[in-house]
Amino acid sequence: MTRIRGTRVVDATYDLTVNGQTRQVTGAHAGDSLLHVLRDRLGLPGAKNACEQGECGSCSVLVDGVLVCACLELAEAAVGCAITTVEGLAPAGAEPGDAALAGDVLTDVQQAMVEAGGVQCGFCTPGFVVAIHDLLAREPQPAPLDVREALAGNLCRCTGYGRILTAVEQVVAVRSGDGGGP
Amino acid sequence: MTDLQSRPVRGGPAGGRVGDSPIRPDGTPKVQGRFAFSSDLHAEGMLWGRTLRSPHPHARITGLDVGPALAIAGVACVVTAADVPGAATYGLISADQPVFAGDLVRYVGEPVAAVAADHPDTARQALDAIAVSYEPLPPLTDPEAAPGAEPIHPDGNVIRRIEMVHGDPSVRGDVVVEGEYEVGMQDQAFLGPESGLAVPDGEGGVDLWVATQWLHEDRDQVAACLGLPPERVRLHLGGVGGAFGGREDVSMQVHACLLALAAGRPVKMSYLRDESFLGHVHRHPARMRYRHHATWQGDLVRVDAEIVLDGGAYASSSSAVVANAARFACGPYRVPHALIDAVCVRTNNPPCGAMRGFGAVQVCFAHESQMDRLAARLGIDPVELRLRNALGPGDVLPTGQAITGTAPVAECIRAAAAHPLPPPAGDGLLERPGGAGRTDDPGRTRRGVGFAVGYKNLLYSEGFDDTSEARVRLEDGVATVACAVAEVGQGFVTIATQIARTLLGCDAVVLEPPDTLSVGSAGSSSASRQTWMSGGAVERACRLVADQVRSALARRLDVAPEALSLTDDGRLVGPGIHVGVAEAAGARVFEASAVHRHRPTTPLDERGQGTPDVSFVFAAHRAVVDVDPDLGLVRVVQIATGQDVGRVLHPAQVTGQIEGGIAQGVGLAVMEEIVVDDGLVRNPSFTDYLIPTVADAPDVLATCIEQPEPDAPFGAKGVGEPPTISSTAAVAAAIRAATGVDVTRVPVRPWDLV
Repeated sequence: MTRIRGTRVVDATYDLTVNGQTRQVTGAHAGDSLLHVLRDRLGLPGAKNACEQGECGSCSVLVDGVLVCACLELAEAAVGCAITTVEGLAPAGAEPGDAALAGDVLTDVQQAMVEAGGVQCGFCTPGFVVAIHDLLAREPQPAPLDVREALAGNLCRCTGYGRILTAVEQVVAVRSGDGGGP
Repeated sequence: MTDLQSRPVRGGPAGGRVGDSPIRPDGTPKVQGRFAFSSDLHAEGMLWGRTLRSPHPHARITGLDVGPALAIAGVACVVTAADVPGAATYGLISADQPVFAGDLVRYVGEPVAAVAADHPDTARQALDAIAVSYEPLPPLTDPEAAPGAEPIHPDGNVIRRIEMVHGDPSVRGDVVVEGEYEVGMQDQAFLGPESGLAVPDGEGGVDLWVATQWLHEDRDQVAACLGLPPERVRLHLGGVGGAFGGREDVSMQVHACLLALAAGRPVKMSYLRDESFLGHVHRHPARMRYRHHATWQGDLVRVDAEIVLDGGAYASSSSAVVANAARFACGPYRVPHALIDAVCVRTNNPPCGAMRGFGAVQVCFAHESQMDRLAARLGIDPVELRLRNALGPGDVLPTGQAITGTAPVAECIRAAAAHPLPPPAGDGLLERPGGAGRTDDPGRTRRGVGFAVGYKNLLYSEGFDDTSEARVRLEDGVATVACAVAEVGQGFVTIATQIARTLLGCDAVVLEPPDTLSVGSAGSSSASRQTWMSGGAVERACRLVADQVRSALARRLDVAPEALSLTDDGRLVGPGIHVGVAEAAGARVFEASAVHRHRPTTPLDERGQGTPDVSFVFAAHRAVVDVDPDLGLVRVVQIATGQDVGRVLHPAQVTGQIEGGIAQGVGLAVMEEIVVDDGLVRNPSFTDYLIPTVADAPDVLATCIEQPEPDAPFGAKGVGEPPTISSTAAVAAAIRAATGVDVTRVPVRPWDLV
């Protein structure tokens, strides 16, 4: 059911497919961003709200496998798409929505970010985790400058990026069978 | 789903003593997106709060009608200056800033009203509907004109002036170099917006979950404005998305509580980025005139400096910032004679206050530019000139205070200089100035190397009674630590678990959620002070617990407590006894509280003399840049540093602080500036206020100089600020070396170089 208030459509209802599950959105405004709906209606705060104008990458999610800023996507336009948020990233071998996700089972990227010291305040971290997964899915062995190019849309104010780059190197090394130990 | 019940943060796996690099206890929820930042919080029946702000830098409010906003369906309440039941003003040092503007607005972005509504969009509509009539007044925007101008605030236009006279300021050197320098307005640009959730308790009190740097200070300021006793205002730390000084001042705290109490419902506020740029203080812009006297051999004789900081409309921490600027104006050098005139003034520009480096950053750019000027004049290598004059233990500072702790200035300089220089730029994407645009002519791009050294104080100064309290409980092998430190990303949570594990010989450590109910103040997460102050409080409480365990074990063994010695790694050792403290405690419960204080300091006297500081921290930076001389574009290739750290408690976190601080220093050198034009902020967005991306961040080579500080717990000095102090000046020096342009202003803009 849809009500009109002034020129605004409020109380819209639609389904989104998020992390492999169908989620009904009710009471939304038609202009709500995907970021707002994920965070404030579906209880998925992993995508962060640092700028809400597509500059910082902290709200990075995958829509049909494409890395986007959720703040720039209309939620209603994502109906019918497969949306993956940081909450839905699964360790290798697991499916999105696995029970393992509720615990402390981390993906290799998440584990490397923690161990390398790529996390300080952590506000940019979910966006970086999603963007690094996306990069390494497209390019398993990126050159160092390609890593910088790929992650240049994600701002971090705490780390100076050094430990984040180290985390990426460690994941690449482990995935390519080089051990990647300290 | 995040909720209001902040779970205790568990320590990482076994190991993780002082000196190790255990993972952050909050690291796992942060990489999973499950960590509850203050902007993630929700409550049943929650409303959204938003703030109406002044579009004028200086204006009289001649009319204010909130009726049209209240008429909008979904709007619960509107509050203005007339609805503030307690103190009308607040502030960190002096309460000079209105909760909401009454008759006058004094800067663009000053809060005028706040609304609470059922949806962020409804709240935005409501702001548009509030009718405010302004009579614009001429804004005072030139800081140098402020002292003589008509006061724009009852407290006057001079926030604080310090005239420091040291030695005999009539002495002259063989050589004199002069310069004028300028530093632009930098923003902390933390990523987590100002945000929080206020929940009325139904009895007139309120709970506030908020991102802040100091819970107890916020509590006191908020309670005063609400007209409530402090115990009826309970603050809880919401997850903090970075701070860097920008969360020392109250922003949305009072507004959210007023709205929640007025509506009788929980109210969440979360600034958008443009509002964040207007809603917190910035680093003070500075204008500085310097004159250095030296001997022909290169010994500094005398330094004169005139420093003007623009404090903007309200005082915030300006009086402490300008005192830092004065105390550290001469840099980490032996300067027998000095005459420093430092003033912070009030204008209708955005308010300025704390940011990482706190007054030392601005003067470092000036004194290091002067050292290079002097080196050039004398024909001495800039690094040699710095080594020749470097402070050391026992030396006397321009305040008359002698350095009683460590001061490895020469060691920092040598370490920074000893790192290998980078190879010439390759032809790869992002390797050249201009980046992926490939706009430079490789044949014309020039490389430069520059050097700078800086220092500042650790902990609060000038007689402030600085304390931190901690409580530690040991039960069934688990240590539970309560301490109200604002974890803002710096990693105190990790340090606290390391200290407890080390001193109690246990593996499991639980940190209680920080709040104002369960433990006393930990002081501010600023001034590089928490590792020392709250680390010290946790250390003391752990030692008290360990001592209780020792007494209990001695009774059980029927020996004198003195027969058992307590080791620094958490074991009790005696004849036939060798056991960890936690193991010896068994199932019994031991608990202790402790308050840590540093040794007292004194205010500055009328000549700027005294013993204002506890300890000092130093760093040197060498920058390598490539510059496109045609477009004035700079790529910072590498920063090498030697940093005085006292002792490294967590190697990975120290590295992270150094790399992160350097990135902020590089940002101030080449890109970060809030552009203020006749009081208007022109670039309040990440589109127009640029901070370094990973494509801009230089490679960092760091050496930690470990000389344990005698007074400091575990010998550790704070490490957060030094990377930001002299990295900016080093980059500016490197740009000068590359281009020959006499860079006297940061950030360096393309048009400064072409």
